[in-house]
Amino acid sequence: MIFLSSPHQHGGNSIQLTMYSVIIALLPAAMVSVYLYGWLAVFLLSLCIGACLLTEYMCLYWMGKNTNRVWDGSAALTGLLLALTLPAAIPAWMALFASIFAIVLGKQLYGGLGFNPFNPALAARVVLLISFPLQMTTWLIPMHAGATLEMYDFVTSLKFFLFGPDAIQQTWDAVSMASPLGYVKTELTQGVTVGEALVNYNYSTLHAFIGREAGSLGEGSALALLMGGIWLMARHTISWHIPVSYLATVALIAGLFNLINPDLYAPPLFHLLAGGLILCAFFMATDPVSSPSSGIGKLVFGFGCGLLTWVIRTFGNYPEGAMFSVVLMNCAVPLIDYYVRPRVYGYKRGSKA
Amino acid sequence: MFDLWDKIQQSLHLKSQRHFTGGIVHARQYKITAHQPIITCPVPDVLIHPIKQHIGEPCEPLVKVGDRVLRGQMIAKAQGYLSVPVHASTSGTVFKIEDHTIPHPSGMGLPSIFIKADGLDEVDESLHPLPNYRSVDAVELRERIRNAGIAGLGGAVFPTFIKLVHDHHNPVETVILNGIECEPWLTNDHQLMVEKAHEIISGMDIVLHLVEAKQGIIAIEDNTLDAVEVMQKALVDMGLTELIRVQVLPTKYPQGGEKQLIQAITGKEVPAGRLPLHVGVVSFNVGTSKAIYDAVCLGEALTERIITVSGDIVEKPANMVVRLGTSMRFLLSECGVADFDNLKIIHGGPMMGELMSSIDVPVVKASNGILAMQRQTIMQAHHEEEPCIRCGDCGDVCPAALIPNLLAKHCKEDQFERAEDYQLFDCIECGACSYVCPSHIPLVHYFRYGKGQVAQIQREKTFAEESRMRSDKRDARLAQELAEKEEKRRIAQEKKEARAKALAEQEAKKAAEEVDAPKTIENKPEETS
Repeated sequence: MIFLSSPHQHGGNSIQLTMYSVIIALLPAAMVSVYLYGWLAVFLLSLCIGACLLTEYMCLYWMGKNTNRVWDGSAALTGLLLALTLPAAIPAWMALFASIFAIVLGKQLYGGLGFNPFNPALAARVVLLISFPLQMTTWLIPMHAGATLEMYDFVTSLKFFLFGPDAIQQTWDAVSMASPLGYVKTELTQGVTVGEALVNYNYSTLHAFIGREAGSLGEGSALALLMGGIWLMARHTISWHIPVSYLATVALIAGLFNLINPDLYAPPLFHLLAGGLILCAFFMATDPVSSPSSGIGKLVFGFGCGLLTWVIRTFGNYPEGAMFSVVLMNCAVPLIDYYVRPRVYGYKRGSKA
Repeated sequence: MFDLWDKIQQSLHLKSQRHFTGGIVHARQYKITAHQPIITCPVPDVLIHPIKQHIGEPCEPLVKVGDRVLRGQMIAKAQGYLSVPVHASTSGTVFKIEDHTIPHPSGMGLPSIFIKADGLDEVDESLHPLPNYRSVDAVELRERIRNAGIAGLGGAVFPTFIKLVHDHHNPVETVILNGIECEPWLTNDHQLMVEKAHEIISGMDIVLHLVEAKQGIIAIEDNTLDAVEVMQKALVDMGLTELIRVQVLPTKYPQGGEKQLIQAITGKEVPAGRLPLHVGVVSFNVGTSKAIYDAVCLGEALTERIITVSGDIVEKPANMVVRLGTSMRFLLSECGVADFDNLKIIHGGPMMGELMSSIDVPVVKASNGILAMQRQTIMQAHHEEEPCIRCGDCGDVCPAALIPNLLAKHCKEDQFERAEDYQLFDCIECGACSYVCPSHIPLVHYFRYGKGQVAQIQREKTFAEESRMRSDKRDARLAQELAEKEEKRRIAQEKKEARAKALAEQEAKKAAEEVDAPKTIENKPEETS
């Protein structure tokens, strides 16, 4: 006799449903990236997703696991997330390397889905940023932000994607621009105030919100990301705890310091819309595997991410700190899970048994 | 400090009193028996009465093979405090007393009394009705409720009389009548409220009188609003609106759990390891209330209960009044089940019910529902387990606010100390976590495994401790014996030495005397002659 324990019915949720929901939620951001960078975005997205799926399949095959797991959506999601965090001008081989790294070292070597301590896409992204800082901080001018349109046709894009700017007789300087975060950071070191730097950059909060500032593929439009993120929260695929505490922490700290010295510290809205913060808050930090399990733990996790993001952006060497902060907080998850637990029914807080 | 914070939250209505922690709002409903009038199941030829149908100590049979019994006659008497008697549910002859499978997932057996029905259904009249219960002594009423064999009919079967005490140190403020269906598929409590409102409320009034409580609350979920109407009307008819009120709660599983219901209604949590009495609450099920009414006002012992018979291969699903001891095979064939080969029976509901290993188990006091499902349907509900993605959905729905995924991991890895640290024993096994798990992890199964293993380890520890103590005692005894022996030996030695010394002295004396001996020898003949 087979022993089956209650309950004898199931709510119908599944890993596939969860993963594909997140992929669907990222589609608006992916579409905006295609709008901004044309064929380059298409190439990069397909390369990363394809490479992740293929690597996942190979790993499962060689490790003697059920190869059908490749369709559970997690590898495709890793590829999609990775592509969205890369700059459009990244050489193809680097993207390929990052995809393989994400699946092999970021996930499968830890035991596959459910056992990775870090978000695989972010881990690969961080490795690339540390290994190739120049290529990872060279931002292509978006198609509709003053770039020469000829650069974005199919053949030129493909050549550029595969062989870099030399292949299309361009120099980096001609096709790239600074991101708002990087620009403000550089200007600050030269004694320019935040306000002046933003004016010099022609920074517009509206453009940052709907997505016309330079940056990684998926960082462009806060609006598209918010649409996906809020949809996910509404269907309870992700809980509200991490995004809310993450964004609120950044806004509060940035606001506080901006009040103290507006010349040195950028305003909160600038921080919220800049860089990969929204992408990280809704899609990276909420990765269930590498974030705490309990609601209260998630709040702590989000607070830590927010604090670290602001600290790295303001005092660190890198202009952007969102992905570092999430990876650092990933390390703290076992600790958070152990020490920050919800109060169990029937017990006073802090007392046990 | 945190109490203060709780009070502030309550006063600001930040903490709603209409909710309990966690829970599933949209549990899958399959109420095919909703609004079906209660029908009566015929009495089968053979009734099987296990001698333990409640939480506590088993009863002792009072009858022998060959005895004739009447309906409502006590056939097994309570033993110890936490126990209630068992009654024959129809008239007939006891034809055997032996072990029979009881409704338990392990398929274990218990001594059971088999009665061959004679079809006369003669009633034992030894309990006389007490319609004027307000003038009856509380002790007598409690004894009556106990002797009628009443235990919580919601499914927990805790002896009811134990709850019905008036304690001056812990006065009961609120009596909660649990009119919430404990499982999403069952409709027996709902239908009972619709059809027997007066009886249920009278039963509640008896309880209010016994515990001297100030108010009574009838809790009903908002998916059974017709019951609310009926109950409210009955309260007006009986003129009890001052004392008892109906509280409608948003539908959420597992609201029927005692601790959850108390939290939803009063906002208070029952402290771990305590009874609801500790927060001034007594709660019981509508079925129990009806049984109390029957026992007190009609003088009837508990011989039948209402059951929802449902499931995807039951042709005529129904809410039925069934005699205790009826076999499930008989009950299901009454409901139009013909093919008994390809089915699985769940005793209880879909969330907490237990899969039976046999269909010949009897209906007992705890049987609130019986679901007969195709083997296939059950198998489909139990998917292959996938790795945990730590989404935390299980923790969001846990009514005890545990972290089920970590808890299950520790149980699975046999790290029971850690599992206990994550408060394994506060799990109420409601199954909400397994229900929402995207990876189809049978979390409750792991918790049961963990609890069983911890209990086993505890037993072994106790056993080892006892053996150690026994062995220590033996060592001590041996040591003492050895010491005593040594002492004896020493004393013996001393004595021996003393004797030797004495002997030596004597000899020395002799020797000394021998020096004078010739004289004596010389003298001797003279003396003898």
